[in-house]
Amino acid sequence: MPLFIPSDSGFIMMHSIRQQWLSNIKGDTLSAIVVALALIPEAIAFSIIAGVDPKVGLYASFCIAVVTAFAGGRPAMISAATGAMALLMVVLVREHGLQYLLAATLLTGVIQIFFGLIKLGALMRFVSRSVVTGFVNALAILIFMAQLPELTDVSWHVYAMTVAGLAIIYLFPLLTHAIPSPLVCIVVLTVLATWLGLDIRTVADMGELPDSLPVFLWPELPLNLETLAIIFPTALALAVVGLLESLMTATIVDDLTDSTSDRNRECIGQGVANIGSGLLGGMAGCAMIGQSVINVKSGGRTRLSTLLAGVFLLIMVVFLSDYVGLIPMAALVAVMIMVSIGTFSWSSIRDLKKHPKSSSIVMIATVAVVVATHNLAYGVLVGVLLSALFFANKIGQILYIESTLSEDGHRRDYRVIGQVFFTSSEQFIEAFDLKEAVEIVHIDLSRAHFWDITAISSLDKVVIKFRREGTEVQLTGLNEASATLVDKFAVHNRPDAVEKLMGH
Amino acid sequence: MDNNNMVKKVMACIDASPYAEATCDYAVWAAGKLAAPMSVVHVLGKQSNAVTDLSGSIGLGAQEALLQQLAEADEKRARLALQRGRLILDAAKARAEEAGISQVDERLRHGELVSTLLELEQETRLLVLGKRGFSSADAHGHIGLHVEGVIRSLHKPILLTQQQYTEPKSIMLAYDGSDTALKGLQMLADSPLGKGLPCHLVMAGADVDATREQMKTAAMILEKTGFDTTTAIVAGEPEDVLNRYQQEHGIELMVMGAYGHSRIRQFIVGSTTTAMISKARCTLLILR
Repeated sequence: MPLFIPSDSGFIMMHSIRQQWLSNIKGDTLSAIVVALALIPEAIAFSIIAGVDPKVGLYASFCIAVVTAFAGGRPAMISAATGAMALLMVVLVREHGLQYLLAATLLTGVIQIFFGLIKLGALMRFVSRSVVTGFVNALAILIFMAQLPELTDVSWHVYAMTVAGLAIIYLFPLLTHAIPSPLVCIVVLTVLATWLGLDIRTVADMGELPDSLPVFLWPELPLNLETLAIIFPTALALAVVGLLESLMTATIVDDLTDSTSDRNRECIGQGVANIGSGLLGGMAGCAMIGQSVINVKSGGRTRLSTLLAGVFLLIMVVFLSDYVGLIPMAALVAVMIMVSIGTFSWSSIRDLKKHPKSSSIVMIATVAVVVATHNLAYGVLVGVLLSALFFANKIGQILYIESTLSEDGHRRDYRVIGQVFFTSSEQFIEAFDLKEAVEIVHIDLSRAHFWDITAISSLDKVVIKFRREGTEVQLTGLNEASATLVDKFAVHNRPDAVEKLMGH
Repeated sequence: MDNNNMVKKVMACIDASPYAEATCDYAVWAAGKLAAPMSVVHVLGKQSNAVTDLSGSIGLGAQEALLQQLAEADEKRARLALQRGRLILDAAKARAEEAGISQVDERLRHGELVSTLLELEQETRLLVLGKRGFSSADAHGHIGLHVEGVIRSLHKPILLTQQQYTEPKSIMLAYDGSDTALKGLQMLADSPLGKGLPCHLVMAGADVDATREQMKTAAMILEKTGFDTTTAIVAGEPEDVLNRYQQEHGIELMVMGAYGHSRIRQFIVGSTTTAMISKARCTLLILR
């Protein structure tokens, strides 16, 4: 899987470079500034969630944004340090420290590249719409919950500042759309807090800020199995959640910009970005739904917007670090509350009544598991399993068995129509009247489909039971019925073949 | 549909540029010569348009609202483009039918020019394309934004037209003795497109025995298939001397092979084909 546009023609490559990088320079530059400004508070906030210095998240955001601009599969998508990932690192950081987090970040990248190479991106098709909605909602709730420690046991000043911040964020756009309102919120609150000399927590209280460009460093850890055993579970969870959120974000940006992205390239791109981040002293990250929406909304369309967002972020942070330290945490909390509100899919609440019960249950279960475990991977796993069960149950209902008794009463003809597999096999067995004493039973299976071993064994059961009663069993159409048992069908979208398979 | 039995068409790429009429007329001429049906193709490109809101705030249902907003903006523009595309194609079709081509169909497609033409490649016999399109119609002396991409990607003969239609009365084959050129020569000899027209076989290079020998063999192939052939060897850079020869002899159609050299060589010394195309003053038939 090449990292760059696969093409044997230099010209076509130049053409795509123009298309993917330089077709929207003004819009991309402006949106990159807006995104960079919004990324700074988020990166700081997520570092604090993970329990590391703000500079870890800021370096990570810079590196991940820049690398995915080149290696990612989706132009205009913003990747950086994220809340979903930060939540997974908490335990590792608390128990083992930063060096192990850096090593886990490297390993995350390696796992993601591996997933990309074996084309796991295609597995996204098993993640249903309801699971995606549940994931997004859970993410929003987690981001919101992560702000609560900043809002408990604090003076009334913090509450006043947070409310003022939210008011600025949502009301300022009524005046003008030309200046990012989160930036106004941060500047106004910082000036206010400094001027009034309020005794509230600021970013500088939360840990070290970057004062220089990031430097290359290798985690200072023994390279042995013990280290691997510590970092592997976290790295695997990070890799899975990072790819899930990235691929979901890619789908959302695809919808917004009416274009398509390359999923497997995205997996590899995320992996490369995380390796880069780990080597520059950053934490693992992934694509961000909220930031990508902000980017598109601000006019960003190409890879240039992603690249510039990362570059602007670093420039601003390194040169303004003295001022960044003055930002009161309340301002960041306000921005993060906005992000969580913007990320939450409010229409999904409205649609709860309208949508089928099964999909609402899948959505709510996904949210519940994530909120309980703080691990988005478990939520998605439960969501996917539930969707599969509901689906199997629905398809299992497509089974109809009719029968006729011959005039002399010696022979019964059964006709099986529909899908026989693990969920419908009991229903299949029950449809045969084993108590009826007849000489011959004829079962016509030519319009049935046997999807698995359970189906075959229930047919065996029926046949044996009839034989024990002294009844002769004749089967027709077994070959057609069991054609579906083969794992790979050579259907290839041919209408006649599909028709034969589904309805004969 | 079975690709092998598909009737191959003359595809005329039409847009709103001043080249459209000439392109249509050349396609009519080619369709008449080849006794092939004709398709008029218009590709509706995508422009990323700006709904720019730098407020950076995302509120309730931001994603859904943004999607709605973007879709509405795109819808308006796309509907206009669709109407305009339809008008352009209708006009081209009417023009072709007036000129006596009975089988003309319209192809209005969304997408990028190059990839759309690649999708249609299976049913293409000859592609007719203006030298410059709508986006670069005034950039004289250069070749259009997409033209080079089309020529490099498509493996079908391409008729690259000028802004004015003049019916080809004589043709000129740019020949360099290479395998590519020999293949092109064979294609021309076998095709009904140039039948009956006097043909100038011209080579840019030194007038020595070896080249003269090559020219003789080549001329024989043409004459055998009924071409009235004149040969000439002119010294100098191909893009200069061949184009000068064309103008001196008032030739309407020049035939040439395209991009025979490796990309690395092209990168270092530049491509003769691109130079030829930019400097050409007549319609070009490019053989791949």
